[in-house]
Amino acid sequence: MSLMTIVMICVVILGVLGLIFGAVLGFAAKKFHVEVDPREEAIVACLPGANCGGCGYAGCGGYASAVVKGEAPPNKCAAGGADVAAQVASIMGLEAESSERCVAQVKCSGFTGHAQKKYAYAGIRDCRSAALLPGGGPNECPHGCLGFGSCEAACPFGAIHVKDGVARVDHEKCVGCMTCADACPKHLIVKVPYSADVTVACASTEKGAALRKYCDIGCIGCRICEKTCEHDAIHVVDNVAVIDYTKCISCGQCAPKCPRHLIRDARLNTENETEPVPTSDSKFA
Amino acid sequence: MDVTKLLSIMLGAVLVNNFIFSQFLGICPFMGVSKKVDTAVGMGLAVTFVMGLASAICWPINEFLLVNKAIYGEGPNLSFMQTIVYILVIASLVQFVEMFLKKSVPSLYESLGIFLPLITTNCAVLGAVLLNTQNSYNFIESVVYGVTGGLGFLLAIFLFASVRERLEFSECPKSFEGFPIALVTAGLIALCFMGFSGLKVW
Repeated sequence: MSLMTIVMICVVILGVLGLIFGAVLGFAAKKFHVEVDPREEAIVACLPGANCGGCGYAGCGGYASAVVKGEAPPNKCAAGGADVAAQVASIMGLEAESSERCVAQVKCSGFTGHAQKKYAYAGIRDCRSAALLPGGGPNECPHGCLGFGSCEAACPFGAIHVKDGVARVDHEKCVGCMTCADACPKHLIVKVPYSADVTVACASTEKGAALRKYCDIGCIGCRICEKTCEHDAIHVVDNVAVIDYTKCISCGQCAPKCPRHLIRDARLNTENETEPVPTSDSKFA
Repeated sequence: MDVTKLLSIMLGAVLVNNFIFSQFLGICPFMGVSKKVDTAVGMGLAVTFVMGLASAICWPINEFLLVNKAIYGEGPNLSFMQTIVYILVIASLVQFVEMFLKKSVPSLYESLGIFLPLITTNCAVLGAVLLNTQNSYNFIESVVYGVTGGLGFLLAIFLFASVRERLEFSECPKSFEGFPIALVTAGLIALCFMGFSGLKVW
């Protein structure tokens, strides 16, 4: 058999096989065709396409289909920001909600030395694991930050870090995706406006007398902040101060009045976010 | 039909010559999709399906078109075309399976994600069909080898994913975290599979 014949047979066989497979695939494409909403494709086209998961969906495609189904708002893409939100909203025929930039905040100040531990924990270094223990983990305070960094591991942007036993958010890196909040077994991480300078860093609903026994920095519900506020923006609910950011104008009046120094004003003391504040009755230091 | 031979082919494909742990084929999807047991099992089943089907389709193509004595006589035949033709078959099959899954099992389609098209370049699938030819298996033996080879892949990826899910929560030196420790684990499991190497069906 000559070389030419072999080459001819090769070409014929591959050509015919290719045609057959092409025909089968073409037929299958018609038969198994799935209707995709054209808006979904348009949304995928204008998303950044990094599949970062900051929106909480499995990649950009997952988010796009959730938007089309009406399950997700158009401004969830943290990486794309306002531009992408406006584009997505216009595809969906919605007005882009003027989304104010939000960041995560950890509602605990129980730095090492200020909040007592029940025992030394030597198990898996993960908050979700520690929180499963009877009594909710090694902290005396049932609400306090465990400090094993489940949130730190969950954050896709490297914006949250455990320092001195308590998780702290880097406001410049945080995009407000709240992935960390889902990882926190104590539900300590909340969303606050980026512009909010005044924050309350305690979530304990214990009465003041009980709380004083194990934490010298937590909210005792003394209501001094409530009385100080001229804008009706801060209230003690369930023994803990809560700021209503729709009313708060960040005047900062309440922060210096707090006897426990747990209301923080980012403008006054920049070290507040990282350094424990020494208190007069510090007995665990 | 020699049942003993079929049994030894099965045993060989699943344990002794496991595609992952003895032949080190198909490592890419093995490392990539083994973070969760659910997805790993889905991937294993998809590979099993494609492997079995590819073996079944490639055997007649090889036998009747590429090395058929009636066409080529005793002279040179087209066996050098095997790799190209097999890849063509596998690529079309994967496309087909992808369309089928998207329509019928969308949840599995979404969880497999990017790794479904990657079966095309999964060398375990190509390896299975090429080994069929190399060992001159007949049609039934080829299909059995393809399916059980896929099941071996399923077993390997399932075992590995179960270990890896626990690995997530374990403490290890910083430089080993994540992928390196997963590779070490894979090596240890491969070492265990060496224990099967003396096994045979009487």
